[in-house]
Amino acid sequence: MLWACILLPQLALDSVLRRLPDPDKPLALVSGPVHLRHLHAVNASAAQAGLKPGMRLSAAHALMSDVVTVIHDAQAEARWHRFLAAWAYRHSSLVSAQWPGCVVLEARASFKLLGPWPRFEARLREELTALGFTHRIALAPTPRAARVLAGLRDGLAVTSAPVLHDVLAKVPVRRAALPEGVGERLYRMGVRDLRALRGLPRDSLRRRFGVELLEHLDRLYGEADDPLAFYAPPDHFDSRIELGYEVEHHPPLLFPLRRLINDLCTYLSIRDGGVQRFVLRLEHEGQHTDVDVGLLAAEREPAMLFELTRNRLERVAIPKPVVAMRLMARELPPFVPASRDLFDTRSQHQLPWPQLKERLRARLGDEAVYRVVPAGDPRPERAWRRDDGRLLFTPTLPPRPSWLLKQPIPLRGQGLRILSGPERLESGWWDGEDARRDYYVVETAQGQRAWAFARVGEREGWMLHGWFA
Amino acid sequence: MGAVVALESLFAAQTLWHAGRSAKLNVEGEPTGHAALDVLLPQGGWPRRALTELLLPADGVGELDLLFPALARMTQAGQPVVVIAPPYIPYAPAWQAAGLDLSQVEIVDASPRDALWAFEQCLRSGACAAVLGWPQQVDTQSLRRLQVAADSGDCLGFALRDRKHVANASPAALRMEHAGGQWHVRKCRGGQLPSRAFALATH
Repeated sequence: MLWACILLPQLALDSVLRRLPDPDKPLALVSGPVHLRHLHAVNASAAQAGLKPGMRLSAAHALMSDVVTVIHDAQAEARWHRFLAAWAYRHSSLVSAQWPGCVVLEARASFKLLGPWPRFEARLREELTALGFTHRIALAPTPRAARVLAGLRDGLAVTSAPVLHDVLAKVPVRRAALPEGVGERLYRMGVRDLRALRGLPRDSLRRRFGVELLEHLDRLYGEADDPLAFYAPPDHFDSRIELGYEVEHHPPLLFPLRRLINDLCTYLSIRDGGVQRFVLRLEHEGQHTDVDVGLLAAEREPAMLFELTRNRLERVAIPKPVVAMRLMARELPPFVPASRDLFDTRSQHQLPWPQLKERLRARLGDEAVYRVVPAGDPRPERAWRRDDGRLLFTPTLPPRPSWLLKQPIPLRGQGLRILSGPERLESGWWDGEDARRDYYVVETAQGQRAWAFARVGEREGWMLHGWFA
Repeated sequence: MGAVVALESLFAAQTLWHAGRSAKLNVEGEPTGHAALDVLLPQGGWPRRALTELLLPADGVGELDLLFPALARMTQAGQPVVVIAPPYIPYAPAWQAAGLDLSQVEIVDASPRDALWAFEQCLRSGACAAVLGWPQQVDTQSLRRLQVAADSGDCLGFALRDRKHVANASPAALRMEHAGGQWHVRKCRGGQLPSRAFALATH
């Protein structure tokens, strides 16, 4: 097996930077108690001004007054770590996010699918760059060795055990990811690299440093099994972006929305799934507004989902300033790509009907697009209904008007001429809405042909119920 | 060279055809289903990739009977027909009796403002074979947008409007007015205005 380690040297910073429209502005993450804030991480432009992690916030402000500070959120960092594990799961079935700040994945099994290591590596780098995460990648026969090598030099790839032994022999003890504090102690004892460390008697090492050091060394060299906690993908998507400022209008929400949708689609393509229903939650101080987005079929096209969500979002009034946005998708049905006929004469770039329907529904409402079918009821106003997929027996009827009025209205005017009729409808005794009417086809003075009814046996007091259009 | 001639003759005999080149054949109109009307229209039917305006004195003068044969043929061929914000309920038993496959007839409810947007979206999408709309309070510019949308979406657009608009210029490719129980062609692109009117046989 060959293990690739993706080291994320500034995971916390990247997860904040990627949601900002302008990541080049000086920014620092701060942590610690309120009165004793210190810098946790700084971005490149802040580092240029002399800001360093570990510096007191007051000192940082003295160096640079306009630095943007964001409070470091360890939970958010852990969430992004999991997200990247999910992303890596796309490329390998064995992924572990067990160690902080890095993701390891088994690479050899994926070579057949994704090509040899250089191409595979390029693909990983390209996708990580697109996602907005700084990274270092190394390849080695054991996961621990990959982690150590990634810390030493970006892009190092070792594929055989003898070469690995040679490379590891020169690794300084302080850089070998040894158990907490052991590296420093060994260094002070004069043990400089792993070759020297491996030359020491095992028994005395165990006595001085405990069994963890020996286990680590054995696993590093591939002489003992390394049981990793492997990543298993969750079955729902839940992501949240804190805005850091209060938003009262729609346009500033679109940028974070696009990020959320892209993350959702990345997640969906990892699962090879689609999304049919999700909730966009706008969080205010102490309350929230939910925007439900429902689709007719499972989709995972980012541009389309963004446009639909945007349409829905823009119809929602924002009652209070928005401080955070959260996207939750619980139902992730399998995605079935639409197939097209080879001899379909319509050109490919045009919008297929299901997508057009989604677009219409997004703006006009879920119920706005429908079909009608005949129903079995003899009463004209019940002889049709919105299509709900049921098929009923429908009797053959005498000619019916192609327009039906929602409510019958009185038909006034002179020069009405009866063309045919009457057709007596006497029905509905079973549900209390009894109807007894004589229907006639009537021509009006304007040449319209109306479908009107009168009380049984009468030929006046016409009620218009439809038009033969 | 002999092979080329053989191929040409195969094309000529129509035993062989180009996949995906049928767009060329679309210069002809979509047959209306009324033989007497097809004769009057320059393209022998409803103009394709264009907007057709039907100007009515009132609702219910046979405007749907005029369209039904063409719509029925499209829906039976599995092409969707969209009806945008109809003024009344499209009465399913009658539409079915006219031969339409109701599973291909999509009805869109919308306010007048949204209806115009939906009309244009449907025309432009290329997903629909025909779109029916009732744009009342629209200016020439909006009609031109609809006409362009119908062209880019390769779609038949039907705008059913009040007869009072007949005096206003319109970018529609075909305009027909209902007057005195007959349909008069008021404008037709690509041909002389027919002098005769067309009367729909009532059943």
